[in-house]
Amino acid sequence: MKWFLRVLVGIALAAAASVATAQGEQFIPLLSYRVGPYAAGGSGYFGGAIDYFTLVNMNGGINGVKILWEECETEYNAARGVECYERLKTRHGGASTVEPLSTGIAYGLFERVAQDKIPMTTNGYGLAISADGRVFPWVFPLGTTYWDQAAAMVAYLGQKAGGEAKLKGKKIAFLYHDSAYGKEPIPVLDALAARDGFTLIKIPITPPGNTQESQWLQVRQQNPDYAILWGFGVMNPVAIKTAAKLGYPRDRILGVWWAGSEEDVIPAGAAAKGYVTAAFSAGGTNFPVMQEIVKRVYGAGKGNLEDKSRIGSMYHTRGVTYGIMIVEAIRQAQAHFGKGKVMTPEQVRWGLEHIDLTEARLKALGASGLFPPVKTSCADHEGSGMVKFQQWDGKEFKTLTPFMAGDRAFVHQMVVQGADKYAAEKKITPRDCSKEM
Amino acid sequence: MGFFFEVLIAGLLSGVMYSLVALGFVLIYKASGVFNFAQGSLVFFAALTFVGLMEHHLSFGVALVVTLLVMIAVGLAIERFVLRPLVNQPQISLFMATIGLSFFIEGLAQLVWGASVRGLDLGIQDEPIAWISDRTGINISKFDLMAAGIAAVLVIALALFFNRTRIVRALRAVADDHQAALAVGIPLQQIWAIVWAVAGFVALVTGLLWGARNGVQFALTFVALKALPVLILGGFESIPGAIVGGLIIGATEKLAEVFVGPYVGGGIEGWFPYVLALMFLLVRPEGLFGEKIIRRI
Repeated sequence: MKWFLRVLVGIALAAAASVATAQGEQFIPLLSYRVGPYAAGGSGYFGGAIDYFTLVNMNGGINGVKILWEECETEYNAARGVECYERLKTRHGGASTVEPLSTGIAYGLFERVAQDKIPMTTNGYGLAISADGRVFPWVFPLGTTYWDQAAAMVAYLGQKAGGEAKLKGKKIAFLYHDSAYGKEPIPVLDALAARDGFTLIKIPITPPGNTQESQWLQVRQQNPDYAILWGFGVMNPVAIKTAAKLGYPRDRILGVWWAGSEEDVIPAGAAAKGYVTAAFSAGGTNFPVMQEIVKRVYGAGKGNLEDKSRIGSMYHTRGVTYGIMIVEAIRQAQAHFGKGKVMTPEQVRWGLEHIDLTEARLKALGASGLFPPVKTSCADHEGSGMVKFQQWDGKEFKTLTPFMAGDRAFVHQMVVQGADKYAAEKKITPRDCSKEM
Repeated sequence: MGFFFEVLIAGLLSGVMYSLVALGFVLIYKASGVFNFAQGSLVFFAALTFVGLMEHHLSFGVALVVTLLVMIAVGLAIERFVLRPLVNQPQISLFMATIGLSFFIEGLAQLVWGASVRGLDLGIQDEPIAWISDRTGINISKFDLMAAGIAAVLVIALALFFNRTRIVRALRAVADDHQAALAVGIPLQQIWAIVWAVAGFVALVTGLLWGARNGVQFALTFVALKALPVLILGGFESIPGAIVGGLIIGATEKLAEVFVGPYVGGGIEGWFPYVLALMFLLVRPEGLFGEKIIRRI
């Protein structure tokens, strides 16, 4: 009986200790995926976020408040993602914010996070109209949305053609993952095609996309001036290899940022040379913050990536980018609600609406050039809309352009219209941002 | 008309790749009458082991031999630890065991070699052959022709192995009734071990070719989905059926996607082969080359 009592006491003490720890720490649940078809992306992204959180903690936390995280394996599965969210949202004193890195899981959480009042970030994915904070107060597609990316792609292709007006009469093939994710930019591309006078040839690819001869034969038949590739996972290297097999030039293919990582081009081998993609953050370890992660985090043996060659890869720096934005939001919230205090989810949401990562601030954080300046507000949960373009040279991505935006006013008008329509359908009364500080 | 033939040829060459996957299923089905749910996982495991060994600075040839030995060992282990305890159990039990096996192999592969996506270069050019392009306007890659050649050699070798040896009759007996086969002295365990080892070898060849095309990553497990309509159409226990089925499925799905797809919004390639296979099921339930099952009532 004695041993049983000892175990009980032990459990009670451990539980008390865990609560005590959580009380002084800012808890962030990570709905990660490290196994399954998208494991390479998930492990890189969440590895980057954890590396940055570790660095912040090593530097004393956010004004003394350490970050506490717990991972839950979703395998990129929407049902599992929702289950993970439900399991973690009340742990360690409650979740401050959540990041699922999956459009499917994010769709499953839209209404839950609003009900639970926990802000959800969807950095570089999700629903574009959720950038309108009036209608989506709890969702933050920080940085850029698919709509802004699509507009930036058209602007980039316009530049290549010698000006956006020169796109008139051109043909652009749009090869997309036949899912909500792949269809998301179609409204913007259709609207820009109508405005600029180019022909948009839409070619769906059934997921997972491990054979694409039919689609690229159609491309070969139509011979478009450019092909936009809106893929994910195995679809990307297969697209590049099939294009090569059928003789379509890779430097005329423009990939979405989820088709713009080392994991997308390395499997395609030599066929990927010359392939161009969009990116919402830069890769590499030249940035001071990345060098600090390498030196201090990995130097102390606390790095999250098992394969050290992936430090500074596109997915890894995207994770670091996410980490910087979240930490900055919490820092902003603390500046408003009390330095050195653990912020509630509502307070973190306030912080997310007041991110002001200027060029000077990015420089101070050692992240100048890693991603563009971001300034959010009550109405604008995106804060940037800028994208850069890069080209795979067979060994690494070379930058082709600085961070640039497409026609943001054009996209913004579509976002507001879409959000208002959503609000009417769901009977949501949009917030009056002029009354909020 | 030239474009039609280009689509047709591309479809037939894709079909060869589907046939390679289907062959692995056929082997196991012939030996146990069970659909091996784990075949896609074996393909993934084989390719991942091969590139993993290459990353450890083994030469191509050594990595190939070591992977082959690993796959044979995996086949033998499956027979010893999964199948042998299930002798005389209903076939659904064996099928369920292969489902469990599939998840185990996927997890094991990622545990041992990690989840990173790897490239695989077999040194075969995957670009249009200029000589053919210049004369016909049709783009055919050397890789596709090599894959077709490898599939042909594999089919001939397997056909000889199973038809020129006494294994073929033993296979039929084992698949029909484990207990009866054992009763007449057929070494069931030995037969299963041989067949699973050969299936491991086929998985390795399939994994190398698909891995070179798609990259070595978890999505290789999905190639099994491409084999299902091929098997329904060609017959689950026929090696020639896997080849003919693959060619028919490959050609029709490409022709349908390119020439019918645009009228219905595209994206029909994913389900069209299944519709075709279902239509075949209605008129020929055993598939084109499958054995007609006659039972006494």
